[in-house]
Amino acid sequence: MSPDEFPSSAETVVVGAGIVGNSVAYHLAELGREDILLLDKGPLPDPGGSTGHASNFIMPVDHSKEMTHLTQESVRQYADMDTFTNSGGIEVARSDAQMAELERRVQSATAWDEPGELLTVEEVEEFVPYIETDVIKGGFYSPGGGVCDPLRAGEVMRARADAEADLTISANTEVLDLHVESGEIRAVETDRGTCRSDEVVVAAGIWSPKIASMAGVEVPLTPAVHQLISVGPIEYFEGFEGEISHPVVRDMDTRMYERPSGNDLEVGSYQHRPILWDVEDIMSIDEAPLSPTQPPLTQEAFMKSNEDALELMPELLDDPDAGIRYEIDGLLSVTPDGMPLVGPFQDVDGLWSCAAIWIKEAPAFGKHLAEWMVEGRPETDLHGANVNRFYEYGTSREFVKNRAHEGYQKIYGIVHPAEQWQSSRPLRTTGFHHQQEELGARFFEAAGWERAQWFESNEDLLDRYAEGIEPFERPHEWDSRWWSPIVLGEHLHMREKVAMVGDMGFTVFDLVGPGATEYAEKMAVGRMDVDVGKSVYTPILDENAGFRSDLSIVRTGENSYRVITGGGMGGADKQWFKQHLPVDGSVQLVDQTSALCTLGVWGPDARNVLESVAEEDVSHEAFPPYTAREITVGEVDAWALRISYVGERGWELYAPMEKGGRLWNTIEEAGAEYDIRPVGMGVYGTTGRMEKGYRLYGHELELDYTPAEAGLTFHGVKEADFIGKEAYAEAIEEENAATLCTLSVDDHAPEGGERRFMLGNEPILTPAGEPIDDAKGRRSYVTSAGTGPSVGAHLLMGYLPPKYAEEGQQLQVEYFGQRYPVTVEIVGSRPAFDPENERIRS
Amino acid sequence: METLACVKRVPDTGASIPLTDDERGIDTSTLGFTVSPHEECAVEEAVQQVEAHGGATTVLTLGPEVATEQLQTAVAREADKAVLLETDGSEWHPAATAKAIAAAVRAKSEDGAGFDLLLFGNEAADTEDHQVAVRVAHELDLPYVTAIKELDIENGTAVARREVSGGSEVYELDLPAVVAVKEGINSPRYPSMRSRMQAKKQPIERIEPERSDGDGGGLETIRLEAPAAGGGEAEILGEGPAAAPRVVDVLDDMGVL
Repeated sequence: MSPDEFPSSAETVVVGAGIVGNSVAYHLAELGREDILLLDKGPLPDPGGSTGHASNFIMPVDHSKEMTHLTQESVRQYADMDTFTNSGGIEVARSDAQMAELERRVQSATAWDEPGELLTVEEVEEFVPYIETDVIKGGFYSPGGGVCDPLRAGEVMRARADAEADLTISANTEVLDLHVESGEIRAVETDRGTCRSDEVVVAAGIWSPKIASMAGVEVPLTPAVHQLISVGPIEYFEGFEGEISHPVVRDMDTRMYERPSGNDLEVGSYQHRPILWDVEDIMSIDEAPLSPTQPPLTQEAFMKSNEDALELMPELLDDPDAGIRYEIDGLLSVTPDGMPLVGPFQDVDGLWSCAAIWIKEAPAFGKHLAEWMVEGRPETDLHGANVNRFYEYGTSREFVKNRAHEGYQKIYGIVHPAEQWQSSRPLRTTGFHHQQEELGARFFEAAGWERAQWFESNEDLLDRYAEGIEPFERPHEWDSRWWSPIVLGEHLHMREKVAMVGDMGFTVFDLVGPGATEYAEKMAVGRMDVDVGKSVYTPILDENAGFRSDLSIVRTGENSYRVITGGGMGGADKQWFKQHLPVDGSVQLVDQTSALCTLGVWGPDARNVLESVAEEDVSHEAFPPYTAREITVGEVDAWALRISYVGERGWELYAPMEKGGRLWNTIEEAGAEYDIRPVGMGVYGTTGRMEKGYRLYGHELELDYTPAEAGLTFHGVKEADFIGKEAYAEAIEEENAATLCTLSVDDHAPEGGERRFMLGNEPILTPAGEPIDDAKGRRSYVTSAGTGPSVGAHLLMGYLPPKYAEEGQQLQVEYFGQRYPVTVEIVGSRPAFDPENERIRS
Repeated sequence: METLACVKRVPDTGASIPLTDDERGIDTSTLGFTVSPHEECAVEEAVQQVEAHGGATTVLTLGPEVATEQLQTAVAREADKAVLLETDGSEWHPAATAKAIAAAVRAKSEDGAGFDLLLFGNEAADTEDHQVAVRVAHELDLPYVTAIKELDIENGTAVARREVSGGSEVYELDLPAVVAVKEGINSPRYPSMRSRMQAKKQPIERIEPERSDGDGGGLETIRLEAPAAGGGEAEILGEGPAAAPRVVDVLDDMGVL
């Protein structure tokens, strides 16, 4: 370490020396980066960011698999640095709704392989004798919980990094500018000098948007207040030793926590009204009485929390001698969806983000970002945290503020897995939006796009298909929240007649240029040197044959391809493709997402409808399945692709956005004689998909599983080289450690009472009720769940090790504390409905 | 015994004070507010004297509506009553402030609710005028001492001690008296969570003070200027016992060995 000299160049510059920056620097050094500059505008060891005032407790069980696993990895790292104290943690419930949520927490604990159990009120009292038992109904105990010391961990990480590499630490160094040339990061200019580097990480916490903007890119986060007080001395704690003597308590109904710290009790709250800051308003280190991220407590906002804490722990807190010794509006980062912002910025090569990360996940994110930078891929799937997910739609200050304001109120809240955002909507609408609104569409949002989930105008289908729907009505409010039986009616109608589905909110981009074929071959598992007009559904892998994406690529010309992928992951997919574009400029990527709208026309009568309005011959012979061509539908020129994600005869019609409304009307009028119905994403995304066994990225498909395990090896191993080929070829040869299966629920109320319907992410258990782990230590859980009305079953997908991946195998699924018998129906990707795909091919 | 503690709402600043664009005020848009440490001690002393001798503590400030925040903080620290001499928020000259406070004290006294002990912080944290307490004493014709770090009340007499170079000075004052205290006279208590809640419910007596400095008392703020930063360079001399020789060297250089 040479604190006095500011280097003129470095292999890597990490901006920000909070827990995240320290972790990134350390893991980069571990992975072989030799020359690293770590800088911060503040002093060390506490440069004044969120790390310095965090309450530092860790509750490992999250409903998100990704976050739970990252927390587990972080705890391992903190413990390895001797900066973790295992105190356990308890979430308490004051209401019946919260008790149900705690049952769901147990379910997630089991699914993500982290210990956790329900506690009675008496059991809670045994752990925390000072809790007011009259106000709680029970608790969830997380024995793996505890507290860490991120400032000390930062010191250890810097020392370890220094031992591995040439690490220069430059505190009190303010970044003034980032130099970008030809889309590449070139240097970091600071008040101590300029350091040339072609690899820079923005790990500046709440200041990240400001730093990133110097390179012309956006980090969609906003500083937000988390109120925190510390009360002491607490006489009760004086009889105990150490930093923490009792489990941390989360008071979930009030969205608060009580965390013992020495003989103080820290009381933190997320229940106050959201208080968002502008990054420009944050005090400088010199201006701040405590630190820039510790402005004074807004007392009136804390009053309700004060009262609630007194109610829960009067024995400790209602003592005139225990004073409020410290009180702050602690600033932390909040993003539009509550998840971190990690990965490469797609507009500036060599510039990376690692921001909006809680203390509990920071060491793991540092590790995985370092892997991503050095090895080209993170070891664990980070798709939910990809910084590019808001790309080109959700980075405006207004959007970020609106969503952060809304999302803040969900911290510690009971959030339904299908819960929709309410603010900043509608943001992205297609040419069909107006028509769909008139038909009573219930819109869900994906990547900013408004997508009709179902249509109230189809209510009549409930009577028409009553027999098929009735067994799958969902009596429990939770199961039916953000759902309607109309989805099942729409599904059955589509299978019998014809449906129009749109817009799916796809991300569409064209790959154009003399190198297009070679490039497409490199990116995709499927063979790309196919006839013009041919469509190929293919996995996109990383070097280790883990899933980056699954999507369709259509050869649109000798030297052009069209990539069609889901909207939600479109930004990340585009970044991946851009990252691998040939440096010689022989391929250009042209985004068509906002230029094209998409209308699916699917069902037995789809050809009759299209035939009546298309200028061209759309017969089976003239327009075979899995091909695309330009056609004219009424007055609208459309690019038609004969494909279906719902397992039906039909087309996706891509039309210029401004002609979308006209296309909708043309198809609607032509379809009237066949009783064509608008059908929502409930069918497209769930019921139709589940019946066909189609895998969904982020659910079935992620880095943790290989294409062989997902049952997507129909391409074999092509001759051309492609990313992940070696690992993929090996995976095909190996026996799967787990295979993706489709299961059906045998009994929705095994112990009587209300029939329940799983929604996904539940643990799959052996017949004896034990969790199932495969040979690679991966636990079996429900990756997707949805009713298949045409096959008469509620369907689940999940990876199972060979022992249980047998058709007819009986297993169990845990849902809200109950166990439900299920049967393995299909091992592999064979569809439950129309297994030979006769409908698509007809 | 009836005690009065007077406080002034001031911005809670760090080492560097942000100024407004016209440089005639402090930019408080992101700052919190507080009272000076001397005044925190004045409140604590007022409360402790009442705890020892009975009676009640009143806390008073002259300032805008938002200054109730500072009154509530004092009430949360066990002051019993709060009085706001409500202004429009503009800065008052110390002479006018003192006149308004004296008028309020006199009115209380005429109502039979006078004070035995009037406590002030030695000086305000922002203007550091050292003016208000002495002017209140003068207006009310009461005895007055400043810079007090120890105070005992015995049989209607205040015994006040002030630190001076090489020793201390002790004064005896007949009550009622005005005493300006310095930080260190006591350790102000932290508010408890319960008292914080109760303080929010405490009614605040509002008095509209008469302003006697319509022309600003002859003073006008032209411009504020931050003093040049001192060369506060820090050097880490080493870690653990190995640092000892360097520490000795530095102390030697400073001539303190």
